[in-house]
Amino acid sequence: MSDLRELYQQVILDHNKNPRNFRRLEGANRTAEGHNPLCGDQITLYVQIQDDVIGDIGFQGSGCAISRAAASLMTSSVKGKTRAEAEDLFHAFHKMVTTEREAAGDPRALGKLAAFSGVREFPIRVKCATLPWHTLRAALEGKGQKVSTE
Amino acid sequence: MTTIGHPIAETVRQDPAIPFDVERVRQDFPILRERAHGKPLVYLDNAATSQKPQVVIDTLTRYYRAENANIHRGIHYLSERATEAYEGARAAVARFLNAAEPREIVFVRSTTEAVNLVAQSYARPRLQPGDEVVISAMEHHSNIVPWQIVCEQTGAVLRVVPINDAGELVLEEYERLLGPRTRFVAMVHVSNALGTITPVRRIVELAHGRGVPVLLDGAQAAPRLPVDVRALDCDFYAFSGHKAYGPTGIGVLYGKAPLLEAMPPYQGGGDMILSVSFEKTLYNVIPFKFEAGTPHIAGGIGLGAAIGYLTGIGLERIAAYEHGLLAYATERVGAVPGIRLIGTAKEKTGILSFVVKGVHAHDVGTILDQEGIAIRTGHHCAQPVLQRFGVPATARASLAFYNTRAEIDALVAGLHKVRETFA
Repeated sequence: MSDLRELYQQVILDHNKNPRNFRRLEGANRTAEGHNPLCGDQITLYVQIQDDVIGDIGFQGSGCAISRAAASLMTSSVKGKTRAEAEDLFHAFHKMVTTEREAAGDPRALGKLAAFSGVREFPIRVKCATLPWHTLRAALEGKGQKVSTE
Repeated sequence: MTTIGHPIAETVRQDPAIPFDVERVRQDFPILRERAHGKPLVYLDNAATSQKPQVVIDTLTRYYRAENANIHRGIHYLSERATEAYEGARAAVARFLNAAEPREIVFVRSTTEAVNLVAQSYARPRLQPGDEVVISAMEHHSNIVPWQIVCEQTGAVLRVVPINDAGELVLEEYERLLGPRTRFVAMVHVSNALGTITPVRRIVELAHGRGVPVLLDGAQAAPRLPVDVRALDCDFYAFSGHKAYGPTGIGVLYGKAPLLEAMPPYQGGGDMILSVSFEKTLYNVIPFKFEAGTPHIAGGIGLGAAIGYLTGIGLERIAAYEHGLLAYATERVGAVPGIRLIGTAKEKTGILSFVVKGVHAHDVGTILDQEGIAIRTGHHCAQPVLQRFGVPATARASLAFYNTRAEIDALVAGLHKVRETFA
């Protein structure tokens, strides 16, 4: 049960219930779609990027609590960041949810994103947590194609 | 031909006069003694795949330990034994479906392969541009995509019979869709996503009234209901071994002999020929014409053992027990606040699809899993069904005759935990 409480931390439950930046962004100059065929998670990401800085960001879609909270917290944490800083966060986040606790370093360095550290105990849910991040990368690379976790 | 003795299958035969004893049946399934996340395993994902009774496991082991040889060609002792066991399994399947003859039973990999075989070998040569293939709105992807492929190849058109809010086939619409261009009907017998039992007898009757042949997808029906292909008069019937308490990688296509005989081979290779020269190859007789290459011998024999086990208990008793358990589960699960059942057909089998208000199915699945309860979450390879009900995913508990009321109670307790977590 403790694993479960670590997975569904209060921050995650809160962001699932009241997702931040949950809107279509009219002024977006980058968009990307993400899809997790395994559970049907679907996300559309809208990014407004100017001079290499993420000025504004929003998302829409449907998915499980983990993917929805991950999208909410991802958008909150990359707003105002440069492309390179967002990329660094992606790597740090990815490492936290996919590697052993000892090797992953101190999750507190990730701020609120540390709430996802419990996901590593649920390997099949890792894709739910990383889907918004992969979608962000696709949007920033401007490929405009649908990303899939498969 | 003497049948190879597989005496274990006989020992489980239950006297029909004795009431169904679920605790005794559970003893036959060793995996049910396993634990998941430290809790007793509650396996409610039987529509995905069923667990295997000891007799099936033993049959597979014995085959590889004492009977393994290639079939239909060896002159030696072992090959003869393996061939007899494999053909004995084919005869068992024929009896199981009440087919007229064992040669009407083609061993394939799965229901999916059976449907593809019929689509490519029966339908494709006969379809012209503008011809129509009729399926239903609650098909598994495996009874949609092969028909889409063949329609693309031939210019034929796919027509879909709608379902109502309960998840039942709208029979009047089916009748209306059967038209002068209808060339084939492919229909599910029991929906994997909803549990609905379709009115197959009527479906076949109406199609035959217009001279249209029918394939029934029996992947969920064959392990749950008595199936009599001659009473149904269907032209093709398909099911999978692994959902019927047998091994994975083995499936069955039943086809009426005259139809199978008129069909070209599906794949070329060994075993499906009588003679080969570079000028001309003579194809083997049915069913071998459709069984190119060394088949899944162990799988076929294992399926034979599973069928022996099922008929030993009796499909009527299995269906009756599961029906009672479904009624209990429907009442208990339906009473949990915030639960919406998807698929409430009058005629249904032990499949319970539902959504929990405000909670995604995947989260439901994870929380139940921590309680040792295995269910399926997602679209169940039947995305059009979920679109029909306007949900992206459902949680699905699917029952088998080894499940108990106590396990349903565990599921209900788990669902309360889901609600607490997301309160």
